[in-house]
Amino acid sequence: MSAQTQAGAATAPAPVAPLLRLRGLTKSFGAVQAMRGADLDVAAGEVVALVGDNGAGKSTLIKAVTGVQPADGGTIEMDGVPVSIKAPQDSAALGISAVYQDLALCDNLDVVANLFLGQESQRNGKVLDEIAMEKESRRLLDRLAVKTLRSVRSEVGALSGGQRQTVAIARSMLGDPKLVILDEPTAALGVSQTAQVLELVKRLRSEGIGVIIISHNLADVFQVADRIVVLRLGAVTGEWTAAPENRQAVVGAITGADIENGDEVTP
Amino acid sequence: MSTAPASPAPAFGPGDDTKEEHHRPSLADAGRKLLEGEMGSLRVIIVLAIIWTIFALANDRFLTAVNLSNLALQIAAVGTISVGVVLVLLLGEIDLSVGAVSGLAASVMAVLSVKNGWNPYLAIIAALGVGMAIGIFQGTMSTRLVIPSFVVTLAGLLMWQGAQLKVLGDTGTVNLSEPAITNIAGTFLAPWVGWLVAIAAIVGIVGSALLNLQRRRAAGLEAESMLGLIIRTGAATVAIIVAVVVLNSDRGVPLALTILVGIVVVMNFVLTKTRFGRHIYAVGGDAEAARRAGVRVAALRTTVFALASTFAALGGIIAASRLLAVNQSSGGSDLLLLSIAGPVVAGVSLFGGRGTVWAALLGALVIGSISNGMDLLALQSSVKFMVTGGVLLLAVSLDAVARQRRQARGRA
Repeated sequence: MSAQTQAGAATAPAPVAPLLRLRGLTKSFGAVQAMRGADLDVAAGEVVALVGDNGAGKSTLIKAVTGVQPADGGTIEMDGVPVSIKAPQDSAALGISAVYQDLALCDNLDVVANLFLGQESQRNGKVLDEIAMEKESRRLLDRLAVKTLRSVRSEVGALSGGQRQTVAIARSMLGDPKLVILDEPTAALGVSQTAQVLELVKRLRSEGIGVIIISHNLADVFQVADRIVVLRLGAVTGEWTAAPENRQAVVGAITGADIENGDEVTP
Repeated sequence: MSTAPASPAPAFGPGDDTKEEHHRPSLADAGRKLLEGEMGSLRVIIVLAIIWTIFALANDRFLTAVNLSNLALQIAAVGTISVGVVLVLLLGEIDLSVGAVSGLAASVMAVLSVKNGWNPYLAIIAALGVGMAIGIFQGTMSTRLVIPSFVVTLAGLLMWQGAQLKVLGDTGTVNLSEPAITNIAGTFLAPWVGWLVAIAAIVGIVGSALLNLQRRRAAGLEAESMLGLIIRTGAATVAIIVAVVVLNSDRGVPLALTILVGIVVVMNFVLTKTRFGRHIYAVGGDAEAARRAGVRVAALRTTVFALASTFAALGGIIAASRLLAVNQSSGGSDLLLLSIAGPVVAGVSLFGGRGTVWAALLGALVIGSISNGMDLLALQSSVKFMVTGGVLLLAVSLDAVARQRRQARGRA
């Protein structure tokens, strides 16, 4: 196992089971096999980048972990315990949260309502506790050092792309998750907004959260990830530390041109 | 109670195109919000004022206590049905069967009570149960088989109309004389009871507004300005007092109107203060986002359809109580269209996720006023239909324009 993680990341001691361990995940859509036995480990406080060409199975893999589209076969372990993830509620209960590429925010609701959607605070039994939610929203955004949102009561539909991405990531932080999955978090953003989002990712890592980040942007990936895992045709074909000299090998593995330079391949 | 600082982070992020969100509301702002449909209730109140002015000028009997009492009775049934329609519209769905369900439920109640000699209260409960069962059936069909609600409820419209004819049997008309049933629409609150209800309502409105203000200030959050609060609660207080004075000067506050307002207040609470209500808005805004956030979308939709059909059944019972009879055309004619037109006129978006349940009451008032006013002017049905249709088209156009303006400003 023991993938080489970069210095600076909180590396778990060897005997401890990783936060998330996937073994042999498979998923078919009719005759198309989107995932054919994918393996992946993520430690606490580690940023793992999942890269690969379109159709490599990245989205399928994270949908299996989040329960949006459960896998057909294979095992998922959290902290060494085998778990079953059949619906988004299951993964949420395990402390896994995801930020989707299309953000999955409700434009007609304000920031607070979006942050707490599906896990609203209540008082006196069944009444929404707006004040607690608003205070918690402020606290959360301050903790993530978000300075771009003027009012947590603005409708999300009125926000810019960067602000929406911020809301989406902040939302994934509610309920103190152990693992956060980010699907193309910087795809639609400008330079400064991208920098903000990557800053946010580093902040998640410093809080000891495991992060899986999916991206097409290798510059972003090498800037923020500890480890880079390449998927190709529904299986993991190799993994590298995010050292600049590995860039060529990663590109090769993504395109399938040359994977010999991989310094380690998961068993 | 100290006035706490407002938003803590006024700084802009680097290069972020943050929009001004937070300035003092101005008149121009209010005008823009009106156009963009954000103040739906205020907009419909203005429309109502215009309609009332026109009819008051055209016929001096329109604004009399007797006529306004009649208007209150006329809108009670359709307004109750509209409450359910609002819930369904908020989901971005539609229920075309509410008229037929109201007719069928009324028929079930009438036949059980009159022909089968059931206790009238049991008959009413059975009718409500039929409504709920239909809603659960239609909601399940629509969500589990993923059939558009438009189609499922259109099929329902036909089936329940047929069921109504079957239930009524050969006689076709059942006259109601059971006091427990006829009293629903036939009861007027004694003046002091009317005032008691009014005072309770005013205390509730002002009290909850002040309590909320105090809580937010205590928590150090931005709170509504005192002036805004006074204007808002003051307007509601004046409206309630005027309504009770006018209704008491005739026969008293109708029980049916009290029921309708009570339902609206309860459902408004559910929509704005509970998780269930929040999820209805979320599903109407983006069903996939809600699903991923853990909202059980299918169960929620089914529940809402069940509620809508139950309110439709209740509306049918109120209508039957007022007419003192159920016949083959109960729940038919333009009832369905008016019960949908009302909320839409009053600002509930057909695209889902926007609007309040007050639109059921206000919309019924607008549509009812037009109908009542034209009756007073002895206009023909031809004219009535065309005018009502025109008002609906105008309202939907406003909704569409509001949506486009929102999108133009980058908010879908």
